[in-house]
Amino acid sequence: MKTFATGGAPHLPAPVRVRRVMAEVLLALLPGIAVHAWIFGIGVLIQLVLAIAFALTVEAAALRLRGVDAAPFLGDFSAVVTAVLFVLCIGPLSPWWISALGMLAALALAKHAYGGLGCNLFNPAMVGYAVVLLAFPRLVSQWPAATTDLPTAAQAIFAGAAPESWDTLSSATPLDALRQLTTQGRRLGEIHNAALFQHSQAAAWTAIVTAYLLGGLYLLWRRIVGWQAPVGVIAGCVLLALPFWLFDAETHPSPLQHLGNGGLLLAAWFVATDPVSGCTSPRGRLVFGIGVAALTLAIRRWGYYPDGVAFAVLLMNAAAPLIDRVTRPRIYGHATRVNDAHD
Amino acid sequence: MSLHRISGGLVLAAPPRASAVGAIRVCPLPSRLYLPLIESNGRALHCRVVPGQRVRRGEALAHAADALATVLPAPTSGHIVAIEDRTIAHASGLTAPTLVLDADGDDETTALPPLPGWADETPQTLRRRLADAGIVGLGGAGYETAEKLVRPVDTLIVNGAECEPYIGCDEALMRERAADVVAGAAVLAHIAGAANVMIALEDRMHEAAAAIRAQQHRFPALRVVLVPTVYPQGGERQLIEVLCGREVPSGDWPVAIGVVVQNVATAAAAWRAVAHGEALTTRIVSLAGRGVVATGVFDVRLGTTIEALVAAGGGYTADAARLVLGGPLMGLALPHDGIALTRTSNAVLVLAGDEVRPSAPELPCIRCGDCADACPVRLQPQELLRLLRNGDEAGTGALGLADCIECGCCAYVCPSQIPLVDWYRSGKSALATAAAARRRADHARERFLARNRRLAREQADKVARVAARRERLAQEQAIVAPTRNEFAETEASGAAVTVAEAPETTAPTMDKSAVLAAIARGKARRAERGKAPSQESIPVDPADAPPREDAP
Repeated sequence: MKTFATGGAPHLPAPVRVRRVMAEVLLALLPGIAVHAWIFGIGVLIQLVLAIAFALTVEAAALRLRGVDAAPFLGDFSAVVTAVLFVLCIGPLSPWWISALGMLAALALAKHAYGGLGCNLFNPAMVGYAVVLLAFPRLVSQWPAATTDLPTAAQAIFAGAAPESWDTLSSATPLDALRQLTTQGRRLGEIHNAALFQHSQAAAWTAIVTAYLLGGLYLLWRRIVGWQAPVGVIAGCVLLALPFWLFDAETHPSPLQHLGNGGLLLAAWFVATDPVSGCTSPRGRLVFGIGVAALTLAIRRWGYYPDGVAFAVLLMNAAAPLIDRVTRPRIYGHATRVNDAHD
Repeated sequence: MSLHRISGGLVLAAPPRASAVGAIRVCPLPSRLYLPLIESNGRALHCRVVPGQRVRRGEALAHAADALATVLPAPTSGHIVAIEDRTIAHASGLTAPTLVLDADGDDETTALPPLPGWADETPQTLRRRLADAGIVGLGGAGYETAEKLVRPVDTLIVNGAECEPYIGCDEALMRERAADVVAGAAVLAHIAGAANVMIALEDRMHEAAAAIRAQQHRFPALRVVLVPTVYPQGGERQLIEVLCGREVPSGDWPVAIGVVVQNVATAAAAWRAVAHGEALTTRIVSLAGRGVVATGVFDVRLGTTIEALVAAGGGYTADAARLVLGGPLMGLALPHDGIALTRTSNAVLVLAGDEVRPSAPELPCIRCGDCADACPVRLQPQELLRLLRNGDEAGTGALGLADCIECGCCAYVCPSQIPLVDWYRSGKSALATAAAARRRADHARERFLARNRRLAREQADKVARVAARRERLAQEQAIVAPTRNEFAETEASGAAVTVAEAPETTAPTMDKSAVLAAIARGKARRAERGKAPSQESIPVDPADAPPREDAP
């Protein structure tokens, strides 16, 4: 009689592990990182190294404070994903301590204070970005108009020394400039002839958007993310912006201009699809995406911050449990949906 | 016909060599067979034999508790040498009383009388036959077939859609014994009164489908339907959804919507029992996994140990790591191979080290929702897990925990390796325990309330009797009114105060004096009883026992 070690069903190895999910997300972010670095220079890579180092430090310290064995969690890449998303949001020449502050807010406050991986109510990267954006709006939204070389970038990041001429810095993204100019009463027709849009930068942002789209499609193909949240964001943006644009193209940006801003597509593919802070039911994810799009457009139109994607995501994070609750599918064999279980 | 889709499910690639469905080979009859005296649902079988008794193949060794007492037939001829506790296939490694049968090698058989004219027999007769031949559901649940066919239905689904990868027993059976399967479907349809009869196969089973179609002339009404190979489409409820587009109501059985599902092996066994009078003494078992030298499909005598089956497959390979009874998603890991195969054992997997899920630490749920996407019942496993971890059983009940079919899709896809099905099983048993406790409490409350009602009723009766007696007394005393004072004095020897205060008689105050008199009598009696405890008890009910002093 031969004896065996027993174990619970299912007996087959798991097809996907958390670590692989995060690794695939990082892989999908690579095109976006590459295009960022190509357009904005080496500063992006410095910020990446900084943010990842801070992220792992904060993660390890938080796990230690919580008395949890750090090894399986440090290796799951989730903190790295947070760091990368954060870096893609902030201006590449922001001072080094912006990353430190952002990662502290993202991981210590938004993630581990809520119980760590899987328990955070809000997307950590967006919390980190929102904190630094609210605290230092000018510092984190400076985008260089041209590639910066290593000495310039290092000086800006570590010494806080601005490049020789701040003229090389554009104030913000084209969409932000657009919004500022329209609030000054300028018509879109005039603005498009303004210097900013003659610049190659518009093309640069198109490249960034394309890179995010490629990464997102990769995730979709690998079945790491569902289609609902990204489609919700993109379709929501198009459908909500289109009537305004058709009504008055002189004062309202076109849906493509809205999508052309990097932030929205980054959010569509990599933030709204965050499983932990997003919705879990398929219909809930769609609602979540549409909500992100609607809030982003609203903040862009009426808000005071250059871009509202982070705030839109955080607001929808807060609404996610409610959305999940009302979008539960009907269970097999039940006549009606169960949506008011006490919990 | 148009098929419907189930929600979720998994398309599982069959691993190489997984279900090498070659020809059915006969597993040699071992010298000793073990037959647990327990049903698959955990209820005990009633033993009909004693140690030392000789039995022949097909004789009833025990019977189940169903209405027709479905029997456990002897798998071969020989002597019962013992009834002893042996490990059964159970998650907790429980033991159960087990008949030990020493085969004498003659394989002497008793057959039931064949019923060639079965089409003219009543369903009752045929169900009786199925029970006497020991036919139970061979798909895995082991429900007594005769019992399952009690209520007439309009649709019979013969299930040949093997549920899990690695399992090939049904495919092999349909390929090699298609005639039995088709004829058995006709018998089952006749018993169930079903006009609409389908046999479902997976779309990869080309040879089996061809074999069934070649036998279709035996039962032309039988429709052959190929369903996509999606796990767990072979599950009873899922198959009904795919074929009929209808859902079995929560908490109910398929018969509630006029459907009954029977496994192909059950159909074949039913045919052998009806047409040939053969009892169910063998079944087809898949032996698979890279932990055995030669995989295959075996015709196994019931009661054969797994050890003997693996020996028939050439023994274990060096990297045999886990022994599983059943499929890789729902099967049960066994502690050793001394466990006997029963009527519900459809597969034995011996998985090699790299085929087995490594015992990695469970990571936190990241709410990815993969489990919800995979769930064929459309549950939200991640929410159920959260509620179970918080000990919120009522919440899990409301979110449909009881509807979970434990297919294991959620646990399979979980990137955090959370043993979700284990959580649900324990949650279900907690729900069942809570329901049982609630039933007990309800029963106790009912009993308590009933007692209160009875006491109240008795009290009311008593009051009514007292009132009636008072009235009678009053009437009597109205007649003997002149002597009333004297009577009161003589009676109330121990209650001077009462007597002294007794008011003058007038007709309206008679009642009161009667009451006073009764109190005085009671006191006297109590005093008497206190003095002489051994004295016989005195009837106290005023209606039944008029006071002796009343007598003239």
